[in-house]
Amino acid sequence: MRALGGFVGLLRKEGYHILRDRRTLAVLIVMPIVQVVLFGYAIRTDVENVRLAIVDPAPDYATLALRDRFTAAGVFRTVAVLPGAGELDRLFRSGAAQEAVLFEPGFANHIARGTPARVAIITDATDPNTGSAMQSFAAAVIQSWERERAGAVRAIRITPQVRMRFNPTRESSNLFIPGLMAFVLTIISTLMTAISLTREKETGTMEVLLVSPLRPAQIIVGKVLPYLAIGFVSILTVVAEARLVFHVPLRGSVLLLLAEGLLFILTSLALGILISARTSSQRVAMMGALAGTMLPSVLLSGFIFPIESMPRVLQWFSNVMPAKWFVIIARGIMLKGVGLGVLWPETLILLAMTLVLLAASTRSFHVRLD
Amino acid sequence: MTGEGAGEGKPTAAPAIDARDLTRTFGAFTAVDHITFTVRAGEVFGFLGANGAGKTTAIRMLTGLLAPTSGEARVAGYDVYTQAEAIKRNIGYMSQKFSLYEDLTVRENVRLYGGIYDLSSREIRERTHRMLHRLGIEQVAGERVGAIPLGWKQKLAFSVALLHEPKIVFLDEPTGGVDPITRRQFWEMIYDAAAAGTTVFVTTHYMDEAEYCDRISIMVAGRIGAIGTPAEVKHQFGANSVDEVFVRLARSDTPGRGAA
Repeated sequence: MRALGGFVGLLRKEGYHILRDRRTLAVLIVMPIVQVVLFGYAIRTDVENVRLAIVDPAPDYATLALRDRFTAAGVFRTVAVLPGAGELDRLFRSGAAQEAVLFEPGFANHIARGTPARVAIITDATDPNTGSAMQSFAAAVIQSWERERAGAVRAIRITPQVRMRFNPTRESSNLFIPGLMAFVLTIISTLMTAISLTREKETGTMEVLLVSPLRPAQIIVGKVLPYLAIGFVSILTVVAEARLVFHVPLRGSVLLLLAEGLLFILTSLALGILISARTSSQRVAMMGALAGTMLPSVLLSGFIFPIESMPRVLQWFSNVMPAKWFVIIARGIMLKGVGLGVLWPETLILLAMTLVLLAASTRSFHVRLD
Repeated sequence: MTGEGAGEGKPTAAPAIDARDLTRTFGAFTAVDHITFTVRAGEVFGFLGANGAGKTTAIRMLTGLLAPTSGEARVAGYDVYTQAEAIKRNIGYMSQKFSLYEDLTVRENVRLYGGIYDLSSREIRERTHRMLHRLGIEQVAGERVGAIPLGWKQKLAFSVALLHEPKIVFLDEPTGGVDPITRRQFWEMIYDAAAAGTTVFVTTHYMDEAEYCDRISIMVAGRIGAIGTPAEVKHQFGANSVDEVFVRLARSDTPGRGAA
């Protein structure tokens, strides 16, 4: 019972801090929502509205069918249908076209005879990622049409699958949302904890708390519990927004996702405590949190840049980023619908990291008293 | 001596603070070097010393924030090594930063600290009422501390440090940055607290304030350079004011006559 009243008071006090700092509060509430929209729409590796030029010197049923396919795919917007390739150069240079599909004359005849019907795909590869994405979209459109012709009955059933694959919004936000959760949680938990703890040091109130009968553990828990709650609300916000706005699937257990989210918040909180224990001003704490956790969690977690394509040293380094493991877990639950049966190694790693960080942060909090 | 928590019923031994050869080192640096002194119950004890003389380290050891490297100390009758928790419940503390939350109202601050020191809601209500009445600041009870004048903040912080009726209150440069009139009023509050039986342990850089203390000690380079009533200390050094003694000690930067 002892000091329980004090502990509750400490929580209430932290609540006041959060509620009365309007600007920070606004950031805490609005940030996750805005981030999801920003990342969901702006940062995207897939393409849409590809400006397509078609060169079809001798239209026949086959080229017309394919041209329809391109239109129906939803990704392409046909900007020009030309009889010859002469104009293409100008279209590419001016940016009017990003991709061109060239059919050879007598396309349908070649198909009928069983000889190779040739089609060329030209892509503006100024941005190589976009270029290769556009290229594979175009190739896929042609291949799917080919497959349908091979087995006419199955053809109708294939169509919706093609559309799924080509829906760009779904594809990229599916990948981003789990990473975004990690990012938002890191900001809220690590940054806010580090700042709120160092603020007490700056204002001298930490000293008074330490001189009081409250135990250091109570002080820490009292300080970070409100941020645990806010972090949890953020997960709910991001997941809800992902479901409602971006229709990201949530195939696995919601409970498991939330539990793993809590675990990751704990990891981030512990990091925040650790940072605040090593710094004495809010500004340094903020820089520390930004440089030490947020940037690596964005760059090295596989959130935006695939880990597989990183240099080996960075790949190795990404293993010590808690965000990396959380992103794997969140993607597994949301997109693949797998449970702990598959994700237990990642969960264990995250758990171990959390325990180590919690131990280190409590320890350095004690050491700080010296 | 039965560990922490055995608190309450134990009567305070005669001295409020009893330190013997109290020492704290940080690596090769000795911040506090075998200091020995006693503070009697109910007195106003001035703890002086230049910046870096070891005052803060000494206070941290006495308030249970820092374990001594060697030596002994009892605060409010409790051992600093084994009964830090009991010490914490029996002392109050106020730093020069006033230790209040600026974004909380006066009443919320009082309630927070009352709760931390295990006062019941009724006790908190009654004491808050009395305190605000005594300070004459009832009208700002609902205002945020950040919005009230510095002098009020300082008095409020002192009252909050006394809220749980501690046996000893530690004041670390409590009058930094306030005007002379407020300082004088503040010292009246200190006397009131001492008259009510609270031992006051105060550090200051104002030598006129040192003259108000029942007894003072002056720390120099981790040791106690002088200790006694202001009159005794002046006499000892053949000086006219505590200020003179302080400057002479600080310049020599070597311990004057040993403490003891």
